Amino acid sequence: MIRVSTHQLTEIREHGVRDYPYECCGLLLGRFADDSKIVDETYPISNAREESARRNRFLITPEELMRGERYARSRRLEVVGFYHSHPDSPAVPSKYDLEHAWPTYSYIIVSTGEGQSGDLFSWEQEPDRSRFNEEKIECQ
Amino acid sequence: MSVTITIPAPLRQFAGGQSQIVVEANTAGEALDSLTSTHTALRRHLFNDQNMLRNFVNVYLNDEDIRHASGPETPVKDGDTIMIVPSIAGGAVVESEVGHELPELSNEEIMRYSRHLIMPEVGMQGQRKLKAASVLMIGTGGLGAPVGMYLAAAGVGRIGIVDFDVVEESNLQRQIIHGTKDLGRRKIESARDRLRDINPHIEIETHESRLTSHNAMQLFRNYDIIVDGTDNFPTRYLVNDACVLSGKPNVYGSIFRFEGQASVFWAEKGACYRCLYPEPPPPGLVPSCAEGGVLGVLPGIVGAIQANETIKIILGAEGLMINRLLLFDAWTMKFREFKLRKDPKCPVCGENPTVKTLIDYEEFCGMAAHQAPAPDTKLEEISATELNARRLRGDKLQIIDVREPHEFEIARIPGTKLIPLGHVVGRMNEINQDVETIMHCKGGVRSAKAIAALKRAGFQGRLINLKGGITAWSEDVDPRVPKY
Repeated sequence: MIRVSTHQLTEIREHGVRDYPYECCGLLLGRFADDSKIVDETYPISNAREESARRNRFLITPEELMRGERYARSRRLEVVGFYHSHPDSPAVPSKYDLEHAWPTYSYIIVSTGEGQSGDLFSWEQEPDRSRFNEEKIECQ
Repeated sequence: MSVTITIPAPLRQFAGGQSQIVVEANTAGEALDSLTSTHTALRRHLFNDQNMLRNFVNVYLNDEDIRHASGPETPVKDGDTIMIVPSIAGGAVVESEVGHELPELSNEEIMRYSRHLIMPEVGMQGQRKLKAASVLMIGTGGLGAPVGMYLAAAGVGRIGIVDFDVVEESNLQRQIIHGTKDLGRRKIESARDRLRDINPHIEIETHESRLTSHNAMQLFRNYDIIVDGTDNFPTRYLVNDACVLSGKPNVYGSIFRFEGQASVFWAEKGACYRCLYPEPPPPGLVPSCAEGGVLGVLPGIVGAIQANETIKIILGAEGLMINRLLLFDAWTMKFREFKLRKDPKCPVCGENPTVKTLIDYEEFCGMAAHQAPAPDTKLEEISATELNARRLRGDKLQIIDVREPHEFEIARIPGTKLIPLGHVVGRMNEINQDVETIMHCKGGVRSAKAIAALKRAGFQGRLINLKGGITAWSEDVDPRVPKY
């Protein structure tokens, strides 16, 4: 389960709509608790991929992630997951997403279109890497 | 040397909950090996099936990425720290693949594909990708033959074939998927049997129909990749547009006489066929293989290139023929390559597309003809049987054959005069304007052009086109005249 505030979900949706038709991405900063994660802040990141590939792939470079982690530590937080958008596509992870993920982290995906956002789901990778399971979002 | 490895938060559950682990090692690679031999569940999150560091996993020795040093061989010193940091990638959804797992290979399949499996570029993972993949081949002719046979042999899990023709004798010089025993059979059945014989582990789906604007989107939806093995412009534009609209890669090949072309048109990543050829040529300007001929081995080479690119797309290889047009001349044995560019004004894949659904491609390819200057008079035609009847009646008429001399050597209608199309205007004075003139070629296209050219040049006599050319003569009048 992941606990997120309505305000943070709105921020994620707005970031997705702003970057449409490209994918947006960012970090979810918060705390790992027993069996759940609590998001305290979202941390938007620019999409590092070259222009032509930006529509289909997003990437957070390790340098950016480390910068995000440093920032998180300064606020006594941790990176608990990531969010990204799927322009004109369903908010479900692709095979590519699966190959490039780790368990425990939350992967929030929002479906975006011109001027609007659609479904928003959170996903967690099965510990054996075989699949993503939908993760309950508890909105505070 | 004793080094400290920092375990990223999500992976700590696989490392007994520890955030830092001290190991003894001489290189960064040894440190990771030592870590994962104690905590085995960690390994699969850091390394792939080929035992390579997963491409999104980055290892920093102190503050330097080991990829920028000597990779796993990078030496470590006492007191060094190693950090494992993911780069986060994802996206590219064509459709939902939640929980999608690649199919397993049976022992028989592992034996069969062993020459693939031992190459890391394919490996188990790649072979399973091939098994999970689906490819739709448009046509089972000269190009479709090698494409289908190589894809089946390579273990592409599901192959769809679209064709509506039957196997004819003149196909066998190049369409090696069909055999002499298949003459008169439906091509899809003959092709299906051959592919099944090559590889019984794959699924083959046959679609006996002409590809049309009505069925294309429906058909394409069920396949990952489309391979264009068509021999005419309306279908080629249809395949291109349907691929662009459905977001599928179009593996293109075409052949004529000794020359072939190949490319991968994938609008999401580069140019489409329309970026290269926005408009079809006027009908009749580019002769078909039936009119102009084709070296039998040429589609073998071009089709094998298409099969190669298809397999690379499935494997996720680099160096695809996107934005590259390959021209091959079998006579001079020369390959040339041109760079293509996506045309921002392309009517189907450009920035402001005007083609948003499939159109009538027969009309689209015929329309250009209406724009071209057309002969002002209607073409007069005669059938082979009618011509024969008139000859037997003793009507006074002359027959001009506008084919090439080497075709004349293969077959001829008795009592005809040969003036090849290219010379017909120059040698106009050899044609008696006071006698009715029947013009013929192999199928009726070139002779119609000859008539138009003669009329433009001011020929005053009556010109009549033999419908269906010498082929119709052989079928309807005199079977002793060989068909070619």
